Amino acid sequence: MTCRASFLSMAIAALATLSTVAGAAETVTRFEARESHSGDLVIASVTDLDFMRPLISAFQQGNAGISVTYVQDTSNNLDASVSIACANRSFLADLVVSSSIAQQVRLVNGGCAREIGSPVLSSLPDWAQWRGELIGLTFEPAVMVYNKAAFAVDGPPRSRFDLIDLMRQSGVLNGRIATYDIEDSGVGYLFAFQDSTEASTWGRLIEGFGRNNVATFCCSSDVIDRVADGRAYIGYNVLGSYALSRAENDPRIGVILPDDYTLVLARAGYIPREARNANAARAFLELALSPQGRAILDGETRLLTPLSGPDALARLSGDEETAFRPIPLSPALLVSLDRAKRARFLSQWRKSVTPPSP
Amino acid sequence: MNILSPHPVQSRSRSIAWRLTLLLTLLLTIAAAGTVVAALSYGQTAATRAFDRLLTGAALQIAERIGVVEGETVVDIPLSAFGLLSLASEDRIFYRIIGPGGETLTGDEAFPLPDDASGRGEPLLYDAVFSGEAVRAIKMQRFLAERAVRGPITVIVAQTLRARSELANEIVARAVIGVVIAGGVTLALALLAMHLALSPLRRVEIALLARDPKDLTPFSTTTPREVEALVAAINRFMARLDRRVGAMQDFVADAAHQMRTPITALRAQTELAMEENDPRKLKTQLRRIRDRAVGVSRLTDQLLSHALVTHRADSATLELIDLRRVAVEAEREARRTGGATGIELDLPADPVMVEGDAFSLREAARNLITNALAHGTPPVCLKVSITQDGKALIAAHDQGPGMNTVQLERIGQRFARDAANPQSAGLGLAIVAEVAEFHHGSIRTSVSAGGGFEVGIELPLARPPLSALARGDSE
Repeated sequence: MTCRASFLSMAIAALATLSTVAGAAETVTRFEARESHSGDLVIASVTDLDFMRPLISAFQQGNAGISVTYVQDTSNNLDASVSIACANRSFLADLVVSSSIAQQVRLVNGGCAREIGSPVLSSLPDWAQWRGELIGLTFEPAVMVYNKAAFAVDGPPRSRFDLIDLMRQSGVLNGRIATYDIEDSGVGYLFAFQDSTEASTWGRLIEGFGRNNVATFCCSSDVIDRVADGRAYIGYNVLGSYALSRAENDPRIGVILPDDYTLVLARAGYIPREARNANAARAFLELALSPQGRAILDGETRLLTPLSGPDALARLSGDEETAFRPIPLSPALLVSLDRAKRARFLSQWRKSVTPPSP
Repeated sequence: MNILSPHPVQSRSRSIAWRLTLLLTLLLTIAAAGTVVAALSYGQTAATRAFDRLLTGAALQIAERIGVVEGETVVDIPLSAFGLLSLASEDRIFYRIIGPGGETLTGDEAFPLPDDASGRGEPLLYDAVFSGEAVRAIKMQRFLAERAVRGPITVIVAQTLRARSELANEIVARAVIGVVIAGGVTLALALLAMHLALSPLRRVEIALLARDPKDLTPFSTTTPREVEALVAAINRFMARLDRRVGAMQDFVADAAHQMRTPITALRAQTELAMEENDPRKLKTQLRRIRDRAVGVSRLTDQLLSHALVTHRADSATLELIDLRRVAVEAEREARRTGGATGIELDLPADPVMVEGDAFSLREAARNLITNALAHGTPPVCLKVSITQDGKALIAAHDQGPGMNTVQLERIGQRFARDAANPQSAGLGLAIVAEVAEFHHGSIRTSVSAGGGFEVGIELPLARPPLSALARGDSE
């Protein structure tokens, strides 16, 4: 018992250190080993712990001797601390999972990752992995959420074209559109950037946003909240996992997978070069993509996996027509991070979206 | 005689097939190794060239999108450039754009510039190491000549080498597989061809081994030209062997027959003499016994001489010799062994050169002398000359009447014995005839105008131009 007690105090000390270094937004949760302790797995992630809890629990069932430490932070903070750790060649985590896949690609491109070396890689589609070092774990569409009451008569817009028309034709949506603040949110910026490269609708879309005084928010949940309580009618480019799991329990909102195309993001994970327990990290990744892991991710979290995603989504939306456009994990994502490019893109966004000051 | 044994001496370890196999394998291995080395270098070059084009294309696309807006250099990295580089899907990408003042406009500030700073205008491909991995990079410059911004903008794009080495390895692997298959097939075909080509040799071998040891007839097996000479040599050899065996059998038969009669006579005469009491008659009988013994001795001598000459006809090598020397030596020998005296020598002043075997010719000359002494009338003269039709002649001359026509007809036959003369074995001129034949010459007899008889051998003169000097010089 003394042994255990001293270990615990050590762990607490370590966690305390972690917290102070990484900043205030960080939350650290530790899941003790269920049996005699044989190793640690440290996961650094931007995903809400509640989404990951079932997976961690499943992992500890199979690996009872391993304690799991889950470090959750905002994408910007995580990116910064991971970059510093990589540059200093110091340990931060055994596994880094983030929805900021462009940043993940940048880190892997910078040599921060190590080879995963798992047979699971060969089962994944090409777009969901890169170099055998970065691996896509989820299948999260960029969806529109709508307030069911607001569209009770005419029905919600089914595509971007519908949305553009709606924004142009009437003032109904004035002040009633919510989306990510793309300057603040990594995922929002990524979706916006992909939209700009995907189709010519982007220009008209942001023009419409500007005219209708779009409201921007840091996070998916804020957008969904606003749509749910009716302050906004439409939430654009919301992360599907959040929207779908909320829609399950909240009858006020509906979810649309746009007909013209639906961007899909795969939350990506890699094992850092300095990982201390790469084997556990690999086991965790393999679990996530195993039938058991797929069942968990396809379950109430609605994170889905690259393997099961298309079918599961088609089932959920009841819409066979949806054209999924997964964002490939490839160095092309680096373009969106280019300083000059980003500055130009954001300035264009700002000019269009921010209403001219009176 | 071991040639006739059923297991001819031969070394099987170094068969032609073995040598050819070894040589072919060696040659093919060298060729294959050469091809693989070439493929390695080609694979590397091809992969480098292919992906260098991607790099160049990406750099060009980026350079094209550099502009000046409101007095500031603007770099708008095109997605297509990265799409192009992503064709090497597993490779990491780095880039760095440097402004006219040396400041990094965007990209990895730490990315190394080429060591070689020369050739400013031209795109420069170089190798470097960045973030722990070897990379291939291109440096390209674009000159801006705007009012606000003037000078070169440097674009650097780099890529790790994974796709390159994969492509190179693939090229090499394919080449190696191709070479191995081609080499194997070639070797198999070559061995098959060799097997077929060498089959006549095996036929000869089988024919040789299957032969009865007593069978000395020539081979009739059809053989390829390359081994015709070999088979011909074997056939010649067997013919010679056949002749030799025949001659030996003849000799044994002759010797047995010829020796038996005089020895029986000698015994009978000796027994008669032992019962004789009258010393006068005894003396006569003893003389007869001595004559008979001389005859046997001559016969033995001639038989052996004949056997030797016959043997040499097959085996001796011909050399250039002077007939005068032959005559001198034959006379000396006849004097020493046969007790012949009073033999004259009639020799020309110049050498009379022929190609021949000295021993056989000497034996022939000795027999000519012995023959003349036995059957002719002294004085006997051994003569060497060159005849009018340009042949060399060595002949014994005596003052007797010579041979009658019957004798002349039988000249050269063995055991053409004069019944009246017990000392004659009848082999002398047979030996002479044999020697003449083996020297491509002939026996020549003539009756001299001034009385006397001459018998000798005519031989072709040896080539040297000495013959011109020696002409008409006989005494």
